[in-house]
Order: sequence, then C-alpha cells, then structure tokens
Amino acid sequence: MYEIIEKKELNKDVDLFVIKAPLAAKNTQPGNFLIVRVDKDGERIPLTIVENDEENITIISQKVGFSTKMLSNKNIGDSLEDVVGPLGLPAKIKKVKTLVAVAGGVGAAPLYPQLKAYANQGTKIDLIIGAQDKDHLILLDKFKSFCENVYIATDDGSLGTKGFVTNVLESLLEKKIYDLAVAIGPLIMMKNVVTMNKKYNLPTDVSLNPIMIDGTGMCGNCRVSINGKTYFACVDGPDFDSEGIDFDELMERQRYYKSEEHICNLRLGDNND
Amino acid sequence: MINRTKMPELNPNIRKNNFSEVALGFDIKQVKLEASRCLDCKNPRCVTACPVNIDIPLFIKQILDDKFEDAYCTIYHDNILPGICGRVCPQETQCEGACVLGIKYESVSIGALERFLGDYSLENNILKKENIIENHKKIAIVGSGPAGLACAAAIRRLGYITDVYEALHEFGGVLKYGIPEFRLPKSIVDTEIKRLEKLGVNFYKNVIIGKTLTIDQLFKEYDYKAVFIGSGAGLPSSLGIKGENLNGVYYANEFLTRVNLMRANNFPLSATPIKIGKTVAVVGGGNVAMDAARTAKRLGAENVYIVYRRNMEALPARLEEVHHAIDEGIIFKLLLNPVEIIGEAYEIKKVRCQVMVLGEKDASGRQRPVPTDEYQIIDVDNLIIAIGQSPNPIIKKATPNLKVDDWGRVVVDDYQTSIPGVFAGGDIVTGAATVILAMGAGKDSAQRIDKYIKTLE
Repeated sequence: MYEIIEKKELNKDVDLFVIKAPLAAKNTQPGNFLIVRVDKDGERIPLTIVENDEENITIISQKVGFSTKMLSNKNIGDSLEDVVGPLGLPAKIKKVKTLVAVAGGVGAAPLYPQLKAYANQGTKIDLIIGAQDKDHLILLDKFKSFCENVYIATDDGSLGTKGFVTNVLESLLEKKIYDLAVAIGPLIMMKNVVTMNKKYNLPTDVSLNPIMIDGTGMCGNCRVSINGKTYFACVDGPDFDSEGIDFDELMERQRYYKSEEHICNLRLGDNND
Repeated sequence: MINRTKMPELNPNIRKNNFSEVALGFDIKQVKLEASRCLDCKNPRCVTACPVNIDIPLFIKQILDDKFEDAYCTIYHDNILPGICGRVCPQETQCEGACVLGIKYESVSIGALERFLGDYSLENNILKKENIIENHKKIAIVGSGPAGLACAAAIRRLGYITDVYEALHEFGGVLKYGIPEFRLPKSIVDTEIKRLEKLGVNFYKNVIIGKTLTIDQLFKEYDYKAVFIGSGAGLPSSLGIKGENLNGVYYANEFLTRVNLMRANNFPLSATPIKIGKTVAVVGGGNVAMDAARTAKRLGAENVYIVYRRNMEALPARLEEVHHAIDEGIIFKLLLNPVEIIGEAYEIKKVRCQVMVLGEKDASGRQRPVPTDEYQIIDVDNLIIAIGQSPNPIIKKATPNLKVDDWGRVVVDDYQTSIPGVFAGGDIVTGAATVILAMGAGKDSAQRIDKYIKTLE
C-alpha cells in the first residue's frame, strides 16, 4: 500500500498528493509518469510525476471522471492500492537557448518537471499559462521562480488576458524568436498551438495522455498515429515531437468511453455530466 | 477397450452468457475409470512427449491404488502447477498425442487426470513437505507468469532467497491477464501463488524491471547473485493495415486485459469499462483468438466471427477450444485476410478482406494461403486483432548489453544470456509459446542458475 502523506486542494477540481512510494521515486526523471489504482476495483490511471525525492512522489490530479473523483476522496493517512512507475521515456531536454512553453489547465502539472529541467540547464523560458479562471491556474508561484516571463490567459478574464493561450502566443511570436516550444494541455489546445507554431516555423514538443491500461506497452490502447506510423504513448512517449501527430484521431480515441464514464459517475450520485 | 471418458461441460446455451468454467472436470469415479485405460507401456511415449517429462504411468498407477496424494506429488516433482497445466496444456500434441492407445482407439485423457490431481490437492490442501536448507543467497525473478513461477519454486527449493518481481498489480502474468476465467479460474492461480508464498517465495507487485529497478541495480544495490528473466511475450503484433487505430479496434491483449485483469465484465462495479457491439470479428486462429471470440460472445455480442486466412484444419488453436467456440455459436470465416479497416468519424464500420485460396505446403507443413483478386466486405462493430505477440522490449531497452535477436527474443546459451549471472526462459526467449514450455524453461533455468552460483564460490 502507498500512503498519502500530503494533500493540497489546488482548486475545487484539482488536488495535489504527495505519496510515499520509494521504489517508484528512485529512478524518476522529468517526463516519467505513474499508474495509480485507488482501490481494488479501481481503474489504472496514468498521472505524471510532478516532483520526487528519495521516498515520495508528487502527483496532481483533476477530477475528470469516476476514478479521479475516487482519488480525490482520499486524504492524508489513507493509502492507494497500487502505484507503479516510473513509466514512459523521460522527456528529451534539448539544448536550446530560448523556449516558449504553453500550459493549459492541469497540463501545467506535467509541464512543470520539464520546464524545471530546461531552467536548470540555463534555457530562458517564457511561459504562457491558461485556465478557465484565476482559481484554476496552478503552480503559478513555482513557475514564476524560474521562468523569465509568465503570461496568463483565462477564459473569463479573471486574471491576465481574457481569451485563449494561442492569442497570447501569437502576439509573442510576432515580436520574438524562440528555439523551441513545449505545449502541454488539452488535445485541442495542443493542436491549435502546434498549428500556430508551424506558421512561425517553430518546432513544438507535446505530451500526450491517451487512455492506457498497463502502461508497459502490452495492451496497445494508447496508440497514436504520427506521420502514418503507430506509436504507443506509454513506452514510446508520453512526450513527442508534434510533427505529424494525428490530433483528431487522438481526440476521438480519448472520447471512446464517454458514455461509460457517465454510467460510472452515476455511482457517485453525480448526474451533472 | 472402454471408451475415453468425456469431460463434462457446462451447457453452451448457459455458458455463453457467463464466465463460469466451461470444462467441469472428472469426479473420482470418472478418474478411476479413465486411469484404468492406461496400458502402462514399457517405454512410455507420453513421458517423452511431455515437455517436463512427468512420470505419467506412475501417477496413473497411484490413482488406481487410491493414492491421490502420492499421485499429486509425482506430478509436482516435475510440474508445480498441475491444476493449471491440466487445463491449458495442448495435451493432444504432447502426452496424449503420443499415447499408444490413440493409434487404434482414443488416447488416455491424461490432461483431465492431471487437472483432477491439481484440484484435489488444492481442495484438500495437500502440500508436499519440503525440507529447505537455507543458503541465504538472493535470486531475483522477473515476471510472475509460468516461467517465473516455475523458476521461483525450483530455485527456492534449492535454498535461495527468492524474490519475484511483477509489473502488474496481480501475480500470474498471462495466466491472469491473458487466459479467460471460463478456461482457467483466477482463484486457482491465486491459490497456487499463496502456496508458493508458503514455500517461502517472496512476491513484489508493481515493480517493472527496466523501469522501477534496472538489472544493474538488482546486482549492485540489492545484492542479488543472479537474475532470471521470464517477462514473457507481451507486445501485440499489428496487422499493419489502414484503419487499425480506429475506435472499436482492439488488440486481443487490450480486450482480454480489460476483462481478465481489470474485470470489465463487472462494469460498473469494476471501474474499467469495455465496449462491445452487436457484431465482432476476431482476426487470427490461435488460442488467443478463440479466447477473445468467446469473451466477446459472453459480453453480449450477437455475431462473433473468427476471420482466418487459412482453413479449419490449419487453425493453430487447440481442437478443444475450437469445438468450444463452435458450440457457443462462433462463426468461422475462413480463407479471408483483412486488408483494410473502414470507418466513419474515426469509428470502425467494416473490414475489407481479401479472399485466399490454398496453395503449396509451406515450412509449417500447412498449405500456404494465396491471395486472389476477390474481396469481401464484412460489417462489424468491433475488430479484435489476435495474430500473435512478441517479447516485451522494456528490459532490452533498459539493458543495452542484453543480446536479443531480430525478433526481440533474448539470446541464450543454456538459459545464460549475454550478461553473466542473468538467465532467461519462456516466451521472452522463444516468442509466444505454451504455458508448459515456459514452465519447463523456468524449472531447468533454476538448475542452471544453481550451477552458476556454485562456480562463484
């Protein structure tokens, strides 16, 4: 069993957990993820490792479906049934001088360890971070501590620019040249960022989060088409150069179990979605 | 000569709606009757044909003498999991295939007798008394599937501290995620694992060797003297045709893992869902294809097709599984090779197949399927790809000096890999094969590991 030793509610939809999992923590590198099972009937949920030390790993989870809601019900002192990792390939931290990073919603969590690795090697980072409103902006102080500039966009305008991250991105790209972009967030955001960056010949790395089961390359659920070739996000990713990724296919694959998610949510007395 | 005793089976009309075990096993009366058919040959061909050379005539004699416990121990000597092998071994091509009786009559139902003894030992909690002399040396076993379990039992009996590392959250490997409940009840696997724990084998779940810990770390930080890799053939083969990533297309591994390991058949009580439409096509002709087709039927699919590019005679699946599939209403669409999966809005609608004819015999002794200019389009809601698995590449990727061949199989010389102290056996070495071959490799590796450890002293 894997004990929760710290829990922080970052906003009404997002929690941060520090979990005691020394084995998973041991070999963790930026970009690695975990698979977590909340209880013995639980799904295997992939979550990026945000931070780690010798003993513990930090994850950030948004209550999007049944299993993440079950996770959110857990508190300090409770234990999780299963934690396995580190999974996936570590992010390729490229030797670039300047970087523009784009975070959408809870995508800021997987972006954080990568940006920190870039900052540690001396890359100058401009970050655009977007969310529905100011309460949903996460890790802002942490990013501010090592990014050159942090630009904020909210859907409702409660903080920063009112509108999409791509609006802010476009105005930056008009006046500045970057070596690389890294974008992590909802698929539609990543797709739009990639399309935008292409106009400016800016290569973009993204992190993908398709549906997974084992996370070890066994089931093939997480397949992604890149330039017509199939990759497994769990073992070939989750970070990829965005060139040639079929985002539309991925979005449809992610939606495949939407109606089942609804049935599961009914168990929580949750009729809202 | 009395006729071979038929294994009682659950009625197909009942069983196609549930996941209960299909083959019900013999009772004592049937066991004795069947055992009495053995000719007790001077040169028992069945023993030679058994991959682990179980003394079959001896355990049959012990059954006839009502010494069931002794009979169980006779099998246990060479095979620690008789309850499992009695169910999933392809006996018709091994012991039973070699049985002299089979020449003129029908072979002795050796598998059913083995299964009876395995179940008898579980029900009556018979455990062979072992006097293990501890040597305090540590051996790590990678994977808790058939190869890992057999190696663990054998190495533990030699006195080693035996630690088994499993990547998933349950132990048993393919016995858990691959083989369905209706063919191998999971409770049997769990009980066998508990017995190995009683023998002193330590099991650790959620540890992926190559990720969580590397082979190098096992030696340097955890003081293991040797490592056995039995991580199996977990990588699904793809058809390599258009439309494979459409929604509704599953690899058999995903489909079966959702049901067997994650228990999606109990959704929403189990949180992992599975989606199955009215018409399902399974591509492939092996045991995994039969398992997937029969599982689809049980999940409520009305029409389930096996789409296979050769003919009925060439199906690699066990005859028993093919018969079970036919009884349950699975339809065989033969001499068809899928060439394109057609979808709408990223969801599968049809599969286009090329019609094949049989040509010359190929290396496998079967007639080669030859494509024609004709095509057939089948309307489907799901397609399950069950055309084979290859070795899981995780360990190889993390261990650059581990030699593998072009198919990703670990290269061994008498179980020894290219890294001193690292041994391997089972599907990771042979590619996808059978439970008993993996178990045999695991067991023999233990002897080889022991020999190696002794050279270190």
